[in-house]
Amino acid sequence: MKVQSTERPQGERGVRLQARDVGKRYGERQVLADTRITIEPGEFIVIVGRSGCGKSTLLRLVAGLEQASHGAFYTDGRLIDGLHDDTRMMFQEARLLPWRRVLDNVLLGLPAEARERGLQVLAQVGLADRANDWPARLSGGQRQRVALARALVHFPRLLLLDEPLGALDALTRIEMHRLIESLWERHRFTALLVTHDVQEAVALADRVILIEDGRIALDERIKLPRPRSQGDAEFAAIEKRILDRVLGKPEAQALPAANDPLLEDARLQGLRWAL
Amino acid sequence: MGSIGAVREPSREIFGRGDRSAAAIGQRGQGARLARRLLLAAGRGLLPWLLPVALIAAWQLASSLGWLSSRVLPAPVDVVRAAWRLTASGELWVHVKISAGRALGGLAIGGGFGLALGLLTGSVRAFETLLDSTIQMVRNIPALALIPLVILWFGIDESAKLFLIAVSVFFPIYLNTFHGIRNVDPQLIEMGRSYGLSRWQLYAQVILPGAMSSILVGLRFSLGLMWVILIVAETISAQSGIGYLTMNAREFLQTDVVLVGILLYALLGKLADLFARALETWWLRWHPGYQARTKAA
Repeated sequence: MKVQSTERPQGERGVRLQARDVGKRYGERQVLADTRITIEPGEFIVIVGRSGCGKSTLLRLVAGLEQASHGAFYTDGRLIDGLHDDTRMMFQEARLLPWRRVLDNVLLGLPAEARERGLQVLAQVGLADRANDWPARLSGGQRQRVALARALVHFPRLLLLDEPLGALDALTRIEMHRLIESLWERHRFTALLVTHDVQEAVALADRVILIEDGRIALDERIKLPRPRSQGDAEFAAIEKRILDRVLGKPEAQALPAANDPLLEDARLQGLRWAL
Repeated sequence: MGSIGAVREPSREIFGRGDRSAAAIGQRGQGARLARRLLLAAGRGLLPWLLPVALIAAWQLASSLGWLSSRVLPAPVDVVRAAWRLTASGELWVHVKISAGRALGGLAIGGGFGLALGLLTGSVRAFETLLDSTIQMVRNIPALALIPLVILWFGIDESAKLFLIAVSVFFPIYLNTFHGIRNVDPQLIEMGRSYGLSRWQLYAQVILPGAMSSILVGLRFSLGLMWVILIVAETISAQSGIGYLTMNAREFLQTDVVLVGILLYALLGKLADLFARALETWWLRWHPGYQARTKAA
Protein backbone atom coordinates (compact mmCIF):
# COMPACT_ATOMS: atom_id res chain seq x y z
CA MET A 1 0.00 0.00 0.00
CA LYS A 2 1.40 3.38 -0.89
CA VAL A 3 2.25 5.87 1.80
CA GLN A 4 -0.02 8.82 1.52
CA SER A 5 1.54 12.21 1.00
CA THR A 6 1.05 14.57 3.89
CA GLU A 7 -0.39 17.35 1.79
CA ARG A 8 -3.60 16.95 -0.10
CA PRO A 9 -4.20 19.40 -2.93
CA GLN A 10 -6.36 22.35 -1.98
CA GLY A 11 -9.87 22.35 -3.29
CA GLU A 12 -10.12 18.60 -3.62
CA ARG A 13 -13.27 17.76 -1.72
CA GLY A 14 -15.17 14.75 -0.61
CA VAL A 15 -15.96 11.79 -2.81
CA ARG A 16 -19.23 10.95 -4.48
CA LEU A 17 -20.34 7.65 -3.02
CA GLN A 18 -22.76 5.37 -4.79
CA ALA A 19 -24.31 2.09 -3.71
CA ARG A 20 -25.57 -0.01 -6.59
CA ASP A 21 -27.93 -2.76 -5.48
CA VAL A 22 -25.75 -3.70 -2.56
CA GLY A 23 -26.72 -6.78 -0.59
CA LYS A 24 -24.98 -8.63 2.17
CA ARG A 25 -25.84 -11.95 3.75
CA TYR A 26 -24.14 -13.96 6.46
CA GLY A 27 -25.10 -17.52 5.69
CA GLU A 28 -28.89 -17.52 5.64
CA ARG A 29 -29.19 -14.12 7.27
CA GLN A 30 -29.86 -11.26 4.89
CA VAL A 31 -28.38 -8.21 6.61
CA LEU A 32 -28.61 -5.72 3.78
CA ALA A 33 -30.75 -5.94 0.66
CA ASP A 34 -30.78 -4.07 -2.66
CA THR A 35 -29.43 -0.84 -1.22
CA ARG A 36 -29.24 2.04 -3.64
CA ILE A 37 -27.93 5.45 -2.57
CA THR A 38 -26.04 8.30 -4.10
CA ILE A 39 -24.17 10.60 -1.78
CA GLU A 40 -22.86 13.86 -3.19
CA PRO A 41 -19.33 15.13 -2.49
CA GLY A 42 -19.09 16.88 0.86
CA GLU A 43 -22.46 15.73 2.09
CA PHE A 44 -22.98 14.79 5.72
CA ILE A 45 -25.11 11.64 5.81
CA VAL A 46 -26.37 10.14 9.04
CA ILE A 47 -27.70 6.61 9.00
CA VAL A 48 -30.07 5.73 11.82
CA GLY A 49 -31.75 2.50 12.70
CA ARG A 50 -32.29 0.01 15.45
CA SER A 51 -29.57 -2.36 16.66
CA GLY A 52 -28.92 -5.06 14.12
CA CYS A 53 -30.68 -3.31 11.24
CA GLY A 54 -27.61 -3.53 9.03
CA LYS A 55 -26.35 0.03 9.35
CA SER A 56 -22.94 -0.92 10.71
CA THR A 57 -22.61 -3.57 8.04
CA LEU A 58 -23.22 -0.91 5.42
CA LEU A 59 -20.39 1.15 6.86
CA ARG A 60 -18.01 -1.79 6.98
CA LEU A 61 -18.79 -2.53 3.33
CA VAL A 62 -18.00 1.06 2.36
CA ALA A 63 -14.76 0.87 4.36
CA GLY A 64 -13.77 -2.23 2.43
CA LEU A 65 -13.49 -4.24 5.64
CA GLU A 66 -16.04 -6.69 4.27
CA GLN A 67 -17.17 -7.83 0.84
CA ALA A 68 -20.71 -7.35 -0.41
CA SER A 69 -22.61 -10.50 -1.40
CA HIS A 70 -23.87 -8.75 -4.50
CA GLY A 71 -23.77 -5.27 -5.93
CA ALA A 72 -21.01 -2.84 -4.97
CA PHE A 73 -20.08 0.62 -3.74
CA TYR A 74 -18.36 3.15 -5.98
CA THR A 75 -16.39 6.23 -5.00
CA ASP A 76 -16.24 8.76 -7.82
CA GLY A 77 -17.28 5.93 -10.13
CA ARG A 78 -14.46 3.61 -9.02
CA LEU A 79 -15.36 0.25 -7.57
CA ILE A 80 -14.55 -0.28 -3.89
CA ASP A 81 -12.93 -3.72 -3.68
CA GLY A 82 -10.97 -3.47 -0.45
CA LEU A 83 -9.32 -1.01 1.91
CA HIS A 84 -8.55 2.29 0.28
CA ASP A 85 -6.54 5.35 1.22
CA ASP A 86 -9.26 7.91 0.50
CA THR A 87 -11.37 6.57 3.31
CA ARG A 88 -10.79 6.57 7.05
CA MET A 89 -12.97 5.06 9.71
CA MET A 90 -13.70 6.03 13.31
CA PHE A 91 -14.91 3.10 15.36
CA GLN A 92 -17.28 2.82 18.28
CA GLU A 93 -14.25 2.36 20.53
CA ALA A 94 -11.33 4.73 20.10
CA ARG A 95 -9.01 1.78 19.31
CA LEU A 96 -5.87 3.70 20.23
CA LEU A 97 -2.72 1.64 20.60
CA PRO A 98 -2.13 1.83 24.36
CA TRP A 99 1.64 1.47 23.93
CA ARG A 100 2.02 4.53 21.74
CA ARG A 101 1.81 8.07 22.99
CA VAL A 102 -1.04 10.27 21.74
CA LEU A 103 0.92 11.88 18.91
CA ASP A 104 2.37 8.54 17.78
CA ASN A 105 -1.15 7.16 17.65
CA VAL A 106 -2.20 10.02 15.42
CA LEU A 107 0.81 9.37 13.17
CA LEU A 108 0.04 5.66 12.78
CA GLY A 109 1.01 4.54 9.31
CA LEU A 110 2.55 7.89 8.38
CA PRO A 111 6.22 8.73 7.88
CA ALA A 112 8.08 10.72 10.55
CA GLU A 113 7.89 13.87 8.42
CA ALA A 114 4.18 14.05 9.12
CA ARG A 115 4.88 15.04 12.72
CA GLU A 116 4.13 18.73 12.27
CA ARG A 117 0.90 17.93 10.54
CA GLY A 118 -0.02 15.53 13.35
CA LEU A 119 0.49 18.26 15.93
CA GLN A 120 -1.67 20.64 13.88
CA VAL A 121 -4.52 18.16 13.72
CA LEU A 122 -4.18 17.44 17.43
CA ALA A 123 -4.51 21.16 18.00
CA GLN A 124 -7.66 21.18 15.85
CA VAL A 125 -9.27 18.64 18.17
CA GLY A 126 -8.02 20.61 21.17
CA LEU A 127 -5.47 18.15 22.45
CA ALA A 128 -2.14 19.69 21.47
CA ASP A 129 -1.03 19.71 25.09
CA ARG A 130 -1.64 15.97 25.48
CA ALA A 131 0.60 14.91 22.58
CA ASN A 132 3.05 13.08 24.85
CA ASP A 133 0.56 11.37 27.15
CA TRP A 134 -0.29 7.67 27.15
CA PRO A 135 -3.83 6.93 25.96
CA ALA A 136 -4.59 5.31 29.34
CA ARG A 137 -4.43 8.78 30.89
CA LEU A 138 -7.17 10.25 28.69
CA SER A 139 -10.90 10.34 29.28
CA GLY A 140 -13.30 8.58 26.91
CA GLY A 141 -14.10 11.80 25.06
CA GLN A 142 -10.45 12.71 24.72
CA ARG A 143 -9.68 9.27 23.32
CA GLN A 144 -12.34 9.69 20.65
CA ARG A 145 -10.91 13.10 19.81
CA VAL A 146 -7.50 11.49 19.32
CA ALA A 147 -9.15 8.88 17.10
CA LEU A 148 -10.75 11.70 15.13
CA ALA A 149 -7.38 13.40 14.73
CA ARG A 150 -5.86 10.08 13.63
CA ALA A 151 -8.50 9.82 10.91
CA LEU A 152 -8.23 13.47 9.78
CA VAL A 153 -4.44 13.50 9.54
CA HIS A 154 -4.78 11.32 6.44
CA PHE A 155 -6.93 13.95 4.67
CA PRO A 156 -9.70 11.45 4.08
CA ARG A 157 -12.13 12.32 1.32
CA LEU A 158 -14.65 10.03 2.92
CA LEU A 159 -14.91 9.77 6.71
CA LEU A 160 -16.87 6.88 8.15
CA LEU A 161 -18.05 7.15 11.74
CA ASP A 162 -19.44 4.00 13.33
CA GLU A 163 -21.32 5.24 16.43
CA PRO A 164 -18.17 6.91 17.69
CA LEU A 165 -20.02 8.83 20.38
CA GLY A 166 -22.11 5.94 21.66
CA ALA A 167 -20.14 5.50 24.85
CA LEU A 168 -19.81 9.17 25.77
CA ASP A 169 -21.87 11.16 28.24
CA ALA A 170 -24.46 13.65 27.01
CA LEU A 171 -22.39 16.81 27.51
CA THR A 172 -19.31 15.36 25.85
CA ARG A 173 -21.50 14.26 22.96
CA ILE A 174 -22.76 17.76 22.31
CA GLU A 175 -19.18 19.04 22.41
CA MET A 176 -18.16 16.32 19.96
CA HIS A 177 -21.06 17.21 17.61
CA ARG A 178 -19.78 20.77 17.39
CA LEU A 179 -16.21 19.59 16.90
CA ILE A 180 -17.08 17.11 14.16
CA GLU A 181 -19.29 19.68 12.42
CA SER A 182 -16.62 22.37 12.46
CA LEU A 183 -13.93 20.00 11.20
CA TRP A 184 -16.26 18.78 8.47
CA GLU A 185 -16.91 22.36 7.41
CA ARG A 186 -13.18 23.04 7.36
CA HIS A 187 -12.06 19.89 5.50
CA ARG A 188 -15.15 19.35 3.31
CA PHE A 189 -14.90 15.57 3.29
CA THR A 190 -17.95 13.40 2.66
CA ALA A 191 -19.15 12.09 6.01
CA LEU A 192 -21.11 8.96 6.75
CA LEU A 193 -22.14 8.64 10.40
CA VAL A 194 -23.98 5.69 11.86
CA THR A 195 -25.91 6.24 15.06
CA HIS A 196 -29.02 5.17 16.92
CA ASP A 197 -29.45 8.62 18.42
CA VAL A 198 -32.00 10.55 16.36
CA GLN A 199 -31.10 13.83 18.03
CA GLU A 200 -27.49 13.35 16.95
CA ALA A 201 -28.71 12.63 13.44
CA VAL A 202 -30.78 15.80 13.22
CA ALA A 203 -27.96 17.87 14.74
CA LEU A 204 -25.40 16.81 12.14
CA ALA A 205 -27.04 15.51 8.98
CA ASP A 206 -27.64 17.00 5.57
CA ARG A 207 -29.61 13.84 4.98
CA VAL A 208 -30.93 11.32 7.48
CA ILE A 209 -31.25 7.81 6.11
CA LEU A 210 -33.27 5.28 8.08
CA ILE A 211 -32.48 1.60 7.59
CA GLU A 212 -35.00 -1.01 8.59
CA ASP A 213 -34.47 -4.73 8.19
CA GLY A 214 -31.64 -4.16 5.78
CA ARG A 215 -33.53 -1.70 3.54
CA ILE A 216 -33.59 2.04 3.25
CA ALA A 217 -36.93 3.10 4.72
CA LEU A 218 -36.49 6.85 4.78
CA ASP A 219 -34.19 9.39 3.14
CA GLU A 220 -34.87 12.86 4.46
CA ARG A 221 -33.05 16.09 3.84
CA ILE A 222 -32.61 18.29 6.94
CA LYS A 223 -32.67 21.90 5.85
CA LEU A 224 -32.10 23.58 9.22
CA PRO A 225 -29.31 26.18 9.14
CA ARG A 226 -26.07 25.32 10.93
CA PRO A 227 -25.04 25.39 13.71
CA ARG A 228 -28.25 23.81 14.87
CA SER A 229 -29.65 24.39 18.29
CA GLN A 230 -31.27 21.44 19.99
CA GLY A 231 -33.71 23.67 21.83
CA ASP A 232 -35.14 24.96 18.54
CA ALA A 233 -38.85 24.18 17.90
CA GLU A 234 -38.29 23.11 14.31
CA PHE A 235 -35.37 20.90 15.38
CA ALA A 236 -37.60 19.23 17.96
CA ALA A 237 -40.38 18.72 15.42
CA ILE A 238 -38.08 17.01 12.92
CA GLU A 239 -36.54 14.92 15.66
CA LYS A 240 -39.97 13.79 16.86
CA ARG A 241 -41.14 12.95 13.36
CA ILE A 242 -38.12 10.77 12.62
CA LEU A 243 -38.23 9.19 16.05
CA ASP A 244 -41.91 8.32 15.58
CA ARG A 245 -41.09 6.87 12.22
CA VAL A 246 -38.33 4.71 13.75
CA LEU A 247 -40.49 3.59 16.63
CA GLY A 248 -43.72 3.26 14.71
CA LYS A 249 -42.80 0.44 12.44
CA PRO A 250 -42.94 -2.79 14.47
CA GLU A 251 -46.55 -2.39 15.63
CA ALA A 252 -47.80 -0.71 12.49
CA GLN A 253 -46.75 -2.88 9.61
CA ALA A 254 -44.31 -5.65 10.35
CA LEU A 255 -46.03 -8.78 9.14
CA PRO A 256 -43.21 -11.20 8.51
CA ALA A 257 -43.78 -14.23 6.38
CA ALA A 258 -44.43 -17.26 8.52
CA ASN A 259 -41.47 -19.13 7.07
CA ASP A 260 -38.93 -16.39 7.80
CA PRO A 261 -37.29 -17.17 11.15
CA LEU A 262 -35.10 -14.09 11.00
CA LEU A 263 -37.96 -11.63 10.90
CA GLU A 264 -39.80 -13.64 13.51
CA ASP A 265 -36.77 -13.31 15.73
CA ALA A 266 -36.51 -9.61 14.97
CA ARG A 267 -40.10 -9.07 15.99
CA LEU A 268 -39.57 -10.82 19.29
CA GLN A 269 -36.55 -8.68 19.96
CA GLY A 270 -38.47 -5.56 19.13
CA LEU A 271 -39.63 -5.18 22.69
CA ARG A 272 -36.21 -4.71 24.13
CA TRP A 273 -34.61 -2.84 21.28
CA ALA A 274 -33.03 0.22 22.71
CA LEU A 275 -32.78 3.48 20.87
CA MET B 1 1.91 -4.14 65.24
CA GLY B 2 3.10 -3.34 61.77
CA SER B 3 -0.43 -3.32 60.46
CA ILE B 4 -1.58 -0.91 63.16
CA GLY B 5 1.24 1.39 62.19
CA ALA B 6 0.27 1.15 58.56
CA VAL B 7 -3.32 2.04 59.33
CA ARG B 8 -2.31 4.93 61.50
CA GLU B 9 0.17 6.56 59.21
CA PRO B 10 -2.16 7.93 56.53
CA SER B 11 -4.49 9.52 59.05
CA ARG B 12 -1.51 11.19 60.69
CA GLU B 13 -0.49 12.55 57.33
CA ILE B 14 -3.93 13.94 56.72
CA PHE B 15 -3.81 15.68 60.06
CA GLY B 16 -0.32 16.90 59.32
CA ARG B 17 -1.47 18.44 56.07
CA GLY B 18 -4.45 20.07 57.71
CA ASP B 19 -2.18 21.44 60.41
CA ARG B 20 0.15 22.84 57.84
CA SER B 21 -2.51 24.83 56.08
CA ALA B 22 -3.51 26.16 59.47
CA ALA B 23 0.12 27.00 60.10
CA ALA B 24 0.06 29.20 57.02
CA ILE B 25 -1.80 31.57 59.31
CA GLY B 26 -0.07 30.65 62.60
CA GLN B 27 3.51 29.75 61.47
CA ARG B 28 4.35 28.06 64.77
CA GLY B 29 5.62 24.64 65.74
CA GLN B 30 6.31 23.72 62.14
CA GLY B 31 9.93 22.73 62.67
CA ALA B 32 9.09 20.32 65.47
CA ARG B 33 6.35 18.78 63.40
CA LEU B 34 8.65 18.32 60.44
CA ALA B 35 11.24 16.60 62.64
CA ARG B 36 8.60 14.27 64.02
CA ARG B 37 7.45 13.37 60.52
CA LEU B 38 11.00 12.66 59.37
CA LEU B 39 11.51 10.40 62.38
CA LEU B 40 8.29 8.56 61.62
CA ALA B 41 9.30 8.08 58.00
CA ALA B 42 12.69 6.70 59.05
CA GLY B 43 10.98 4.35 61.52
CA ARG B 44 8.68 3.09 58.81
CA GLY B 45 11.66 2.42 56.55
CA LEU B 46 13.56 0.49 59.23
CA LEU B 47 10.70 -1.56 60.64
CA PRO B 48 10.76 -4.35 58.01
CA TRP B 49 14.45 -4.96 58.77
CA LEU B 50 13.87 -5.47 62.48
CA LEU B 51 13.04 -9.18 62.31
CA PRO B 52 15.83 -10.30 59.92
CA VAL B 53 18.44 -8.42 61.95
CA ALA B 54 17.14 -9.93 65.19
CA LEU B 55 17.22 -13.44 63.68
CA ILE B 56 20.80 -13.05 62.50
CA ALA B 57 21.81 -11.68 65.89
CA ALA B 58 20.19 -14.65 67.63
CA TRP B 59 21.90 -17.04 65.21
CA GLN B 60 25.29 -15.42 65.85
CA LEU B 61 24.68 -15.55 69.60
CA ALA B 62 23.72 -19.25 69.47
CA SER B 63 26.86 -20.06 67.50
CA SER B 64 29.14 -18.01 69.78
CA LEU B 65 27.71 -19.68 72.88
CA GLY B 66 28.20 -23.10 71.31
CA TRP B 67 24.51 -24.03 71.21
CA LEU B 68 24.69 -24.42 67.44
CA SER B 69 27.35 -26.75 66.06
CA SER B 70 29.24 -25.34 63.07
CA ARG B 71 28.60 -28.70 61.36
CA VAL B 72 24.91 -27.78 61.27
CA LEU B 73 25.17 -24.08 60.68
CA PRO B 74 28.29 -21.94 60.74
CA ALA B 75 28.15 -18.59 62.50
CA PRO B 76 27.12 -15.65 60.28
CA VAL B 77 30.48 -14.08 60.86
CA ASP B 78 32.20 -17.20 59.54
CA VAL B 79 30.00 -17.13 56.44
CA VAL B 80 30.97 -13.53 55.81
CA ARG B 81 34.62 -14.41 56.34
CA ALA B 82 34.39 -17.32 53.91
CA ALA B 83 32.72 -15.10 51.34
CA TRP B 84 35.44 -12.50 51.78
CA ARG B 85 38.21 -15.12 51.52
CA LEU B 86 36.74 -16.55 48.32
CA THR B 87 36.23 -13.11 46.82
CA ALA B 88 39.73 -11.98 47.66
CA SER B 89 41.29 -15.08 46.11
CA GLY B 90 39.22 -14.55 42.97
CA GLU B 91 37.85 -18.08 43.24
CA LEU B 92 34.30 -16.88 43.85
CA TRP B 93 34.24 -14.71 40.76
CA VAL B 94 35.48 -17.54 38.55
CA HIS B 95 32.70 -19.88 39.70
CA VAL B 96 29.98 -17.22 39.51
CA LYS B 97 31.05 -16.37 36.00
CA ILE B 98 30.90 -19.99 34.89
CA SER B 99 27.50 -20.61 36.50
CA ALA B 100 25.98 -17.40 35.15
CA GLY B 101 27.39 -18.23 31.71
CA ARG B 102 25.71 -21.64 31.75
CA ALA B 103 22.42 -20.17 32.92
CA LEU B 104 22.35 -17.35 30.38
CA GLY B 105 23.59 -19.59 27.57
CA GLY B 106 20.80 -22.06 28.24
CA LEU B 107 18.29 -19.22 28.47
CA ALA B 108 19.45 -17.73 25.19
CA ILE B 109 19.16 -21.05 23.36
CA GLY B 110 15.91 -22.30 24.90
CA GLY B 111 14.29 -18.87 25.19
CA GLY B 112 15.29 -17.97 21.64
CA PHE B 113 13.70 -21.12 20.26
CA GLY B 114 10.64 -20.63 22.49
CA LEU B 115 10.16 -17.07 21.31
CA ALA B 116 10.68 -17.90 17.64
CA LEU B 117 8.35 -20.90 17.67
CA GLY B 118 5.77 -19.06 19.78
CA LEU B 119 5.73 -16.18 17.30
CA LEU B 120 5.44 -18.63 14.44
CA THR B 121 2.61 -20.76 15.81
CA GLY B 122 0.83 -17.72 17.25
CA SER B 123 0.88 -15.88 13.93
CA VAL B 124 0.43 -18.60 11.33
CA ARG B 125 -2.44 -21.06 11.69
CA ALA B 126 -0.73 -23.69 9.56
CA PHE B 127 2.24 -23.83 11.94
CA GLU B 128 -0.06 -24.08 14.93
CA THR B 129 -1.79 -27.08 13.41
CA LEU B 130 1.54 -28.64 12.53
CA LEU B 131 3.53 -27.99 15.71
CA ASP B 132 1.41 -27.03 18.68
CA SER B 133 0.00 -30.41 19.70
CA THR B 134 3.47 -31.98 19.50
CA ILE B 135 4.93 -29.25 21.65
CA GLN B 136 2.09 -29.59 24.15
CA MET B 137 2.81 -33.32 24.44
CA VAL B 138 6.54 -32.86 24.95
CA ARG B 139 5.80 -30.14 27.50
CA ASN B 140 4.47 -32.74 29.92
CA ILE B 141 7.89 -34.37 30.29
CA PRO B 142 9.66 -32.80 33.28
CA ALA B 143 13.10 -31.62 32.22
CA LEU B 144 14.69 -33.27 35.25
CA ALA B 145 13.30 -36.66 34.21
CA LEU B 146 15.56 -36.43 31.17
CA ILE B 147 18.74 -36.43 33.27
CA PRO B 148 19.65 -40.12 32.76
CA LEU B 149 19.08 -39.79 29.04
CA VAL B 150 20.98 -36.53 28.86
CA ILE B 151 23.97 -38.08 30.64
CA LEU B 152 23.94 -40.90 28.10
CA TRP B 153 23.73 -38.44 25.19
CA PHE B 154 26.09 -35.72 26.27
CA GLY B 155 28.10 -37.25 29.13
CA ILE B 156 28.45 -34.89 32.06
CA ASP B 157 30.10 -31.93 30.40
CA GLU B 158 28.82 -28.44 29.56
CA SER B 159 26.46 -29.38 26.75
CA ALA B 160 24.40 -31.55 29.10
CA LYS B 161 23.81 -28.61 31.44
CA LEU B 162 23.03 -26.23 28.60
CA PHE B 163 20.60 -28.74 27.14
CA LEU B 164 18.72 -29.22 30.42
CA ILE B 165 18.39 -25.48 30.99
CA ALA B 166 17.39 -24.80 27.41
CA VAL B 167 14.69 -27.48 27.47
CA SER B 168 13.18 -26.21 30.69
CA VAL B 169 13.11 -22.48 29.80
CA PHE B 170 11.73 -23.20 26.33
CA PHE B 171 8.18 -23.98 27.39
CA PRO B 172 7.20 -20.99 29.54
CA ILE B 173 8.44 -18.61 26.87
CA TYR B 174 6.86 -20.58 24.04
CA LEU B 175 3.46 -20.83 25.73
CA ASN B 176 3.25 -17.23 26.83
CA THR B 177 4.42 -15.90 23.48
CA PHE B 178 1.81 -18.01 21.71
CA HIS B 179 -0.99 -16.85 24.00
CA GLY B 180 0.22 -13.26 23.94
CA ILE B 181 0.00 -13.17 20.15
CA ARG B 182 -3.39 -14.88 20.13
CA ASN B 183 -4.81 -12.46 22.70
CA VAL B 184 -3.92 -9.27 20.88
CA ASP B 185 -7.15 -7.30 20.53
CA PRO B 186 -8.54 -8.12 17.05
CA GLN B 187 -10.17 -4.68 16.96
CA LEU B 188 -6.72 -3.09 17.08
CA ILE B 189 -5.52 -5.33 14.27
CA GLU B 190 -8.55 -4.38 12.16
CA MET B 191 -7.94 -0.72 12.91
CA GLY B 192 -4.28 -1.06 11.90
CA ARG B 193 -5.23 -2.73 8.63
CA SER B 194 -7.82 -0.09 7.79
CA TYR B 195 -5.25 2.65 8.48
CA GLY B 196 -3.01 1.27 5.78
CA LEU B 197 -0.36 -0.55 7.84
CA SER B 198 1.61 -3.08 5.85
CA ARG B 199 1.82 -6.64 7.10
CA TRP B 200 5.22 -6.00 8.65
CA GLN B 201 4.19 -2.67 10.22
CA LEU B 202 1.14 -4.36 11.68
CA TYR B 203 3.38 -6.98 13.24
CA ALA B 204 5.94 -4.57 14.63
CA GLN B 205 3.56 -1.86 15.80
CA VAL B 206 0.44 -3.71 16.87
CA ILE B 207 0.88 -7.45 17.36
CA LEU B 208 4.30 -7.65 19.00
CA PRO B 209 3.75 -4.78 21.48
CA GLY B 210 0.34 -6.25 22.26
CA ALA B 211 1.89 -9.60 23.12
CA MET B 212 4.79 -8.11 25.07
CA SER B 213 3.31 -8.24 28.56
CA SER B 214 2.57 -11.92 28.11
CA ILE B 215 6.04 -12.63 26.71
CA LEU B 216 7.63 -10.96 29.73
CA VAL B 217 5.57 -13.10 32.09
CA GLY B 218 7.00 -16.10 30.25
CA LEU B 219 10.50 -14.70 30.68
CA ARG B 220 10.04 -14.33 34.43
CA PHE B 221 8.84 -17.91 34.75
CA SER B 222 11.82 -19.04 32.71
CA LEU B 223 14.30 -17.16 34.85
CA GLY B 224 12.98 -18.90 37.95
CA LEU B 225 13.23 -22.32 36.31
CA MET B 226 16.64 -21.50 34.88
CA TRP B 227 18.28 -21.26 38.34
CA VAL B 228 16.56 -24.35 39.71
CA ILE B 229 17.73 -26.49 36.80
CA LEU B 230 21.20 -24.98 36.95
CA ILE B 231 21.51 -25.88 40.64
CA VAL B 232 20.39 -29.45 40.04
CA ALA B 233 22.67 -29.86 37.03
CA GLU B 234 25.69 -28.44 38.83
CA THR B 235 25.05 -30.47 41.96
CA ILE B 236 24.96 -33.73 40.02
CA SER B 237 28.25 -33.25 38.29
CA ALA B 238 30.50 -30.33 37.65
CA GLN B 239 34.16 -29.40 37.67
CA SER B 240 33.46 -25.72 38.17
CA GLY B 241 30.67 -23.32 39.02
CA ILE B 242 28.81 -22.53 42.22
CA GLY B 243 27.42 -26.06 42.45
CA TYR B 244 30.93 -27.50 42.27
CA LEU B 245 32.07 -25.03 44.94
CA THR B 246 29.38 -26.14 47.39
CA MET B 247 29.63 -29.88 46.69
CA ASN B 248 33.39 -29.70 47.06
CA ALA B 249 33.03 -27.80 50.33
CA ARG B 250 30.58 -30.40 51.60
CA GLU B 251 33.21 -33.11 51.25
CA PHE B 252 35.50 -31.13 53.55
CA LEU B 253 32.66 -30.17 55.93
CA GLN B 254 33.14 -26.48 55.11
CA THR B 255 29.58 -25.51 55.93
CA ASP B 256 30.47 -21.82 55.69
CA VAL B 257 31.41 -22.21 52.01
CA VAL B 258 28.26 -24.27 51.39
CA LEU B 259 26.22 -21.42 52.83
CA VAL B 260 28.06 -18.90 50.67
CA GLY B 261 27.08 -20.97 47.63
CA ILE B 262 23.44 -21.10 48.67
CA LEU B 263 23.36 -17.35 49.25
CA LEU B 264 25.01 -16.79 45.87
CA TYR B 265 22.24 -18.71 44.12
CA ALA B 266 19.68 -16.61 45.98
CA LEU B 267 21.46 -13.42 45.02
CA LEU B 268 21.71 -14.37 41.34
CA GLY B 269 18.04 -15.35 41.31
CA LYS B 270 17.09 -12.01 42.81
CA LEU B 271 19.26 -10.16 40.27
CA ALA B 272 17.58 -11.99 37.40
CA ASP B 273 14.16 -11.12 38.78
CA LEU B 274 15.11 -7.46 39.18
CA PHE B 275 16.31 -7.47 35.60
CA ALA B 276 13.01 -8.91 34.36
CA ARG B 277 11.07 -6.35 36.36
CA ALA B 278 13.19 -3.55 34.95
CA LEU B 279 12.34 -4.81 31.47
CA GLU B 280 8.65 -4.81 32.39
CA THR B 281 8.64 -1.30 33.78
CA TRP B 282 10.38 -0.05 30.64
CA TRP B 283 8.49 -1.95 27.95
CA LEU B 284 5.14 -1.75 29.66
CA ARG B 285 5.45 1.82 30.86
CA TRP B 286 2.26 2.63 28.95
CA HIS B 287 0.34 0.08 31.02
CA PRO B 288 -1.64 1.59 33.92
CA GLY B 289 -1.08 -1.55 36.03
CA TYR B 290 2.67 -1.35 35.73
CA GLN B 291 2.74 2.41 36.18
CA ALA B 292 0.90 2.02 39.47
CA ARG B 293 3.41 -0.55 40.67
CA THR B 294 6.35 1.60 39.73
CA LYS B 295 4.91 4.46 41.67
CA ALA B 296 4.20 2.31 44.72
CA ALA B 297 7.70 0.81 44.70
